[in-house]
Amino acid sequence: MQTLLRTPLHDRHVGLGARMVPFAGWEMPVQYEGVIPEHLAVRHDTGVFDVSHMGELEIEGPRATELLQGVLSNDLEKIGDGGAQYTLLTNERGGIVDDLIAYRLSPFHYLLIVNASNRDADFRWLKEREIPGSDVRDVSDRYALLAVQGPRSIERLGLPAARPFTFAEGEIDGVECMVNRTGYTGERGCELLVEADDAEELWDAVTARGAAPCGLGARDTLRLEACFALHGNDITPETDAISAGLGWVCALDKDFVGTEALRAVKEEGPQRRLTAFVMDERAVPRPGMRIEEGGEVTSGTHSPSLDVGIGMGYVASELAAPGGIVTIDVRGRPRRARIVEKPIYRSESS
Amino acid sequence: MAAAEDYPDSLLYHREHDWARVEDGEATLGITWYAQDALGELVHFEPPEVGASVRRDASYGEVESVKAVSDVFAPLSGEVVDVNRAVVDEPETVNEDPYGGGWLIRIRLSDPGEIEGLMDAAAYKAFVAEQ
Repeated sequence: MQTLLRTPLHDRHVGLGARMVPFAGWEMPVQYEGVIPEHLAVRHDTGVFDVSHMGELEIEGPRATELLQGVLSNDLEKIGDGGAQYTLLTNERGGIVDDLIAYRLSPFHYLLIVNASNRDADFRWLKEREIPGSDVRDVSDRYALLAVQGPRSIERLGLPAARPFTFAEGEIDGVECMVNRTGYTGERGCELLVEADDAEELWDAVTARGAAPCGLGARDTLRLEACFALHGNDITPETDAISAGLGWVCALDKDFVGTEALRAVKEEGPQRRLTAFVMDERAVPRPGMRIEEGGEVTSGTHSPSLDVGIGMGYVASELAAPGGIVTIDVRGRPRRARIVEKPIYRSESS
Repeated sequence: MAAAEDYPDSLLYHREHDWARVEDGEATLGITWYAQDALGELVHFEPPEVGASVRRDASYGEVESVKAVSDVFAPLSGEVVDVNRAVVDEPETVNEDPYGGGWLIRIRLSDPGEIEGLMDAAAYKAFVAEQ
């Protein structure tokens, strides 16, 4: 029996009557009021998620850029100081060790925000590839992270407008934090990185400004409507970035771990693709369900925005065109689904 | 809006958190307030066919929330004579009114003696308190 870790906001969640569940070794709120109202709060106004379970790795030193350019799929030369970038840690086969966001503080100093379940693996992966003049540190325990998302989130926080994938030092009602214009919901918003000791004060300020507390349940339905991949489900060390539809974050003109494998997949064309679908018949697809034409559902849920079952899964490339019909085996019952363009739901605010 | 916690005295209860309203050799079946609260807002009800037989303690359908799927267990045996299509179309009716508009199916009882094996409201409330 492993003890679950708690974020600095644990008492706040319990105080709000959240339903707490184990997730990636952490005790996390899955919902407060309910997944559907929380989801709709983010789509129509503002929600706040405690995502302090996510990992933060700092890479520092004169050769920090060189280290990262050799292990991350995207090209860090495309962003300047104050810029952020969605990118992948890839293995020799082009498989995905993790997906993450890199924040460039300076050419000699980066912050990587990584998935909770991969924090240790990512740290080891980078540590093993460290070069003289680059220092990798796990600083996760120092920080809490709040995602504030929704069409009114920036206005409610009193923040200036800023482009997506940028960041700056800022403060909310006197609490200093790093304000990152990033998120995982498909809405306008930001993620606030704050010293762990200040986390409760920041949470209180954000909720007092009208952000509805939202749990991991709504986080999952929101990200799936937006077709953001979930590592461990949609993307894994066994799935390559091209087949996953993440070729746009693979700078194949530079050399990083797995470049050759990815160039080969791109050259030949992937045999299967991560594809989004909407149920044509009443049913809720779930991860692991078989797609009768070949493949399986990697993410599936009920879409609160569209009030219909939605999902993603790998299907043969020739079947992956929007408009195509596939059949999902829903616990022995064949149910029809229609392949759609990504994202499944497009926000007006993002 | 979710209903307030309630276990009406007029109903009989099964340990899998199902209720039965028995009248004239038939029974209306549904899930209890406790069951719908544990699941959260329902988004899907997969009903049996009218004419199918259901067996006491066996699953006759599924209810799903965003996060979870749950079998629905029959508290009594019989043949399905009606399915609540309103719940198929609007599953959240179960959360709003679990003992009224949120009923799931109606059966003709094949063994009315099984009623003796069910809990009354007082016994079920004590059972829920131990969960």
